[in-house]
Amino acid sequence: MDTGIPTRMGDGSLTRLTPAEIEADIREGVAAAVKRAKVEPLGEDAIRHLMDIFGSRSRFSAVDIGDEVVLSYDGCGSQDLGTRINDLQYYEQYLCADSVEMYHHDYSYKPVKTVIDFEQTVMRQAQFLITAPCGYGAMPDLGRYTVPDGPIANWSQLLPLGKIPEARAAQEEAVEMAVEDIAFVAEGMAEAGIDFIDLDTAGAAGDADFLAALKAVERIRARFPDLGIQIGMASEFVLGMHGELEYDGVRLAGLWPREQMKLAARAGVTIFGPAINVNTGKSVAWNVARTLTIAKPCCDEATIPIHLNGGMGVGGVPMHILPPGDATSRASRAAVDILHLDGL
Amino acid sequence: MGGIRTAGDLVARMQITRGMRLPQAKKHVADRLGVSVMDLSDPVVMLDARKEHGLGAALESGEITGIDEPIGLEAKFHIAELLGVPINSVERFRRLTAPRG
Repeated sequence: MDTGIPTRMGDGSLTRLTPAEIEADIREGVAAAVKRAKVEPLGEDAIRHLMDIFGSRSRFSAVDIGDEVVLSYDGCGSQDLGTRINDLQYYEQYLCADSVEMYHHDYSYKPVKTVIDFEQTVMRQAQFLITAPCGYGAMPDLGRYTVPDGPIANWSQLLPLGKIPEARAAQEEAVEMAVEDIAFVAEGMAEAGIDFIDLDTAGAAGDADFLAALKAVERIRARFPDLGIQIGMASEFVLGMHGELEYDGVRLAGLWPREQMKLAARAGVTIFGPAINVNTGKSVAWNVARTLTIAKPCCDEATIPIHLNGGMGVGGVPMHILPPGDATSRASRAAVDILHLDGL
Repeated sequence: MGGIRTAGDLVARMQITRGMRLPQAKKHVADRLGVSVMDLSDPVVMLDARKEHGLGAALESGEITGIDEPIGLEAKFHIAELLGVPINSVERFRRLTAPRG
């Protein structure tokens, strides 16, 4: 009979580990983060706390009463039941979300620009009904500007041909178009009453994508001093698809969460969401240990609220369309307890 | 934190609008409500506090929030006043309903 402690792998599948195996996974996860992100390891207190959390057989794990954090959501609702306003109401009334976010099913700023009037109308109605902060979110999604979907040469096709200057020029051109679109949508939705704008999955197409997000934030902040601006990252470090782009004198390629957060704060963001990737072949304990080790310098030095991305495939939560609650709650609790997060 | 069942939406609003970190945001909301920080995530304490200040709550067929109590945009007028922050939809409502001509 297998008497190991039931726990999860990074793909969500159930496994059983002995306490010694859990401890080994946690220490290996910390070591993997130290090696990859060049950060300090977690302290022994934090490692022991992780062993307690993952050594439990309980279905659910939670923070202490009084230690609750704000839960924000990117894109509320499935858009399968009722209307998009109903989605926001379900999240507010039944899931008790601390903030809600309306979204267009294409979830990129470029396509939203063409339907902004319709988005404004729905948001205007939502603002009558919703009490909690209600924002609007989409992705910068720089790839949308390249052929065949857009007018700009495709750097993913140019790079394998060795056309480096052409690929860089294409990305620089796309940045300017994305900034215009994001600022246009933000302005339109601010007119309709949003409390915040969310630039979600920033950096998905690399350093140029992150630069577009930062430049757009700067524009939005200058225009709307009281508007909430949220950036959620696409992955743990910024890919150098261009390689030479800078924001405020800082090279963007290869930035880890602490440096990402500093630039986001400088641009005018009010909530920053680091995203740490999950390794599906390792246990959730390993992934959570690695996540916390990478995110800790960002949280320790933050000057703005940090909402760690915790969901399908990031923040230690298994890469599965229905992440098991036992794993999600352990990952979330560990992050709040050890990182002293402002939210998730 | 529990959203409109507790004070989660109010604390979130301070983070969103003012970029306050969690302890600072919780303290600001607790001070304005006259409750303890611990109370902010307690639905029993917070339902009374929300009703007293007109901050809106869950609806539940009128059993939790009656017809004479503010919800949605109505409640956000009180929330803006209580927290001392501008709320975009409230400002917009004031602007659009102001006398013209």
